[in-house]
Amino acid sequence: MKPKLRPQRTEAQEAKMATEIRSVFHPEVRNYEQVNRDAMRLISRPGKGYLALLGLSIAMVGMAAIAFGYQVFYGIGWAGLTNPSGWGTFITTFVFWVGIGHAGTLISAILFLFRAPWRQAIYRLAEAMTVFAVLTAALFPIIHIGRPWFFYWLLPLPSERGLWPNFRSPLIWDVFAVTTYLTVSTVFFYIGLIPDIAAARDSTKEPWRKKVFTVLALGWRGSDREWKNFTRAYLFLAALATPLVLSVHSVVSWDFAVSIVPGWHTTIFAPYFVAGAILSGIALVVSIAVPVRKVFRLEAYLTDLHFDRMAKLLMLTSLIVGFAYGTEYFMAWYSAELFERDVFFDRVFGQYWWGGWSMITFNALVPQLLWIPKIRRNLNAFFVISILVNIGMWYERFVIIVPSLAHSYEPWRFLNYHMSYSEAAILIGSFGWFFMWMLLFLRFLPALSIAEIKEILPPPFKHHPVEALVEDQEERVVETLPTGYEEFERR
Amino acid sequence: MSRRGRSGVLGVFAHLDTTTDAIRRLRRDGYPLTVYSPTPRHEIEESLEAPESAVRIFTLMGAFTGSAAGAALAVWASLDWPLIVGGKVIVALPAFSIIIFELTILLGALSTVAGLFLTGRLPRIGRPEALYHPSFSGGQFGVFAHVGSDRFDAVRTIMTDSGSEEVLLDQA
Repeated sequence: MKPKLRPQRTEAQEAKMATEIRSVFHPEVRNYEQVNRDAMRLISRPGKGYLALLGLSIAMVGMAAIAFGYQVFYGIGWAGLTNPSGWGTFITTFVFWVGIGHAGTLISAILFLFRAPWRQAIYRLAEAMTVFAVLTAALFPIIHIGRPWFFYWLLPLPSERGLWPNFRSPLIWDVFAVTTYLTVSTVFFYIGLIPDIAAARDSTKEPWRKKVFTVLALGWRGSDREWKNFTRAYLFLAALATPLVLSVHSVVSWDFAVSIVPGWHTTIFAPYFVAGAILSGIALVVSIAVPVRKVFRLEAYLTDLHFDRMAKLLMLTSLIVGFAYGTEYFMAWYSAELFERDVFFDRVFGQYWWGGWSMITFNALVPQLLWIPKIRRNLNAFFVISILVNIGMWYERFVIIVPSLAHSYEPWRFLNYHMSYSEAAILIGSFGWFFMWMLLFLRFLPALSIAEIKEILPPPFKHHPVEALVEDQEERVVETLPTGYEEFERR
Repeated sequence: MSRRGRSGVLGVFAHLDTTTDAIRRLRRDGYPLTVYSPTPRHEIEESLEAPESAVRIFTLMGAFTGSAAGAALAVWASLDWPLIVGGKVIVALPAFSIIIFELTILLGALSTVAGLFLTGRLPRIGRPEALYHPSFSGGQFGVFAHVGSDRFDAVRTIMTDSGSEEVLLDQA
C-alpha cells in the first residue's frame, strides 16, 4: 500500500484545512531549496573567530608534536609510565576517543535502521565526529608503543623470519577492530556525503571549490539509477556498521577483561564500555551541536525536539553506566575477594579518590538532572551537563586503568602513577587535533545532510487533493502537519 | 529496454506528482527514461517499476569472502608460527571469531561500495548519461526521455501536458 501523506480527517475538517504542509521535525523549513541555501551558508568565508579557533587547535597539535618528538628522542620514560603502571594517560585517552567515536555510528546507522526521523539533521555532524575521533584514537597506540616506527609489527605482514601476530591476543583483536571501524565509518561517511557534495558543486560560485566538489562528487547527478543503488547500499552499510559499532568497544573492553588484573577481570565490561561509549559520544555531539546551532543559526534544523531526543538517549545510557558502577561494587563486595575489594575501595577512598568521585558524579548523577523538563529544554544547561559528562567519561577510563595497575596484588609493587608534562601536552594536543579536523569539516563540506533532510520534508505537490478542495474556500488556515513522520511511520 | 542514446528531451518539473505523471505516460509509450530527483522518493521508484538493485549480492559475497579470509588468515598464520602456551590449542576459534567478524564487516562494507560504484556507474567521468540541470540537486525534478530528434515533438507534448515547467532538447 502506498503511504498516505496526511492523517485521516473528516470532510468538514478537510474543508477548512491548511494550504501548507510542513514536517513536524522542521516546521520552519518551507521547501527543498531552503535546505540547500541553509546548508551552503555553512560553507562560506570564515570569520576571525573561526580562524582564531583553527589557529589555536593547530598550536595545540604543534605542542603535542614537540612533546612526542621528545618522547621519541629520549624514549618512553619521558612519559610518566613505569612499572607497575605501564598504561596511563595514553591508553586512557585512546579508550576515551574510541568511545567518542560511537555516537556518530549510533545516530547514523542504528537510528537509520530504526527509522528515527530526528537523526537526519544531526547525523552528518555526529558522523564527522566519529571519523575524527577514531582518527584521534588511532594515534594513541602508536604514540604509546614508544618506538612508533615498529607499528607495522602489529599487522599480519609476511616477514623473512616467518613471524605472525598472535591472533589469540586481545591487542591484535583491537588492531583489527579499530582499523575496521575507522575504514568502515570513513566509507560510510563519504558515501553519505556524495549526493550533498554534488548539491554543493551545483550551487557554489567559487571556481576552486567547484573543481574540488566536482572531483569529490564522482559525477553524481541524482538519477534514478544512482538513487536506487545508493539507497540500498546505504541500508546495507548501516546494517554492517550496527554490529560493528557494538563490537568495537566490546573488543576494547576485552583488552582489560581478558587479563587477571583486579578491577578489570569481569564479564560486564563489554556492555558497560559500549553504554559508556554512547554516553560520552552523545555528550560530545551535544557539546558541538549547541555552539554550531548558535553560530550558524541552524535553529530550523537542530530543533528543541532533536535536543530532547538526545537528552533522553543521554539519560538512558547514563542509567546503564550508573547501574554498571553499582554492579561492579556489588561484585567486588559479594566475591569476598580481597584484591578485588581493595582495588574498588582504593578507587573512591585511595590516592585517586578525586577521579572515582568525578566519574560517579558526572556520569551517573549529573545527567539525571535531565529528568526535569525545564533543564532538558534549556540548551545552556544541557551544554554544561554534556561537558561535565565528557570530563567524567575521561575520568572513568582513567579510574579503570590506572588504580587497578597501581594497586594490584602485591603491596611492595604499589606505586602511584603521575601524568608527566609530555603526556599532558599530548592529551591537550589530541583535542586540538580533533577540533582542527572538525573545524575544517564545518567550512569545507556540507555539515547538514541536504538530501536526507529533504526525505522527511513533505514533497512538493501540484494537484494535492486537499489543496484542490480548499481552493474555493476563503478561510485558509496554515497548519503544520506531521507528514514526514507519518510517512516514516507507515513505511 | 532499447539502447539509450544521449539525444533526447528533458522536462524540468517543480512537483513530485507531475513528475510521476510524466513518467507513467512516457513509460506507457515505451520511451527509455532517466529521472533526476533531489532526494530519493519511493513514488518515483514505484512509477518506474525498476527491478531490485544488485548491490545486495555484492554485500553478501563480500561478507562471505571476509569470513573465509579472516578464518583462513588466523588459522593458517597460527599453524605457520605455532605459539605453544601451556598446551593450549593452536587453532583457538573463540579468539579467532573476532578476526573473522571484523573481516566479514570490512570486506562486506568495501564490496557494498564496489557494488554501488559498479551498479550506479560511479565515478562518472566526462559527459553525463543524459542532459542535466543543476536545479535537480536543489528542489526540482527532471525527466529525460532518450529519443531521436524525430520523436521530440511527441515527447515534448507529453511533458508539457503533465505539467513540466520547462522543456529542453538535446540534439547531440
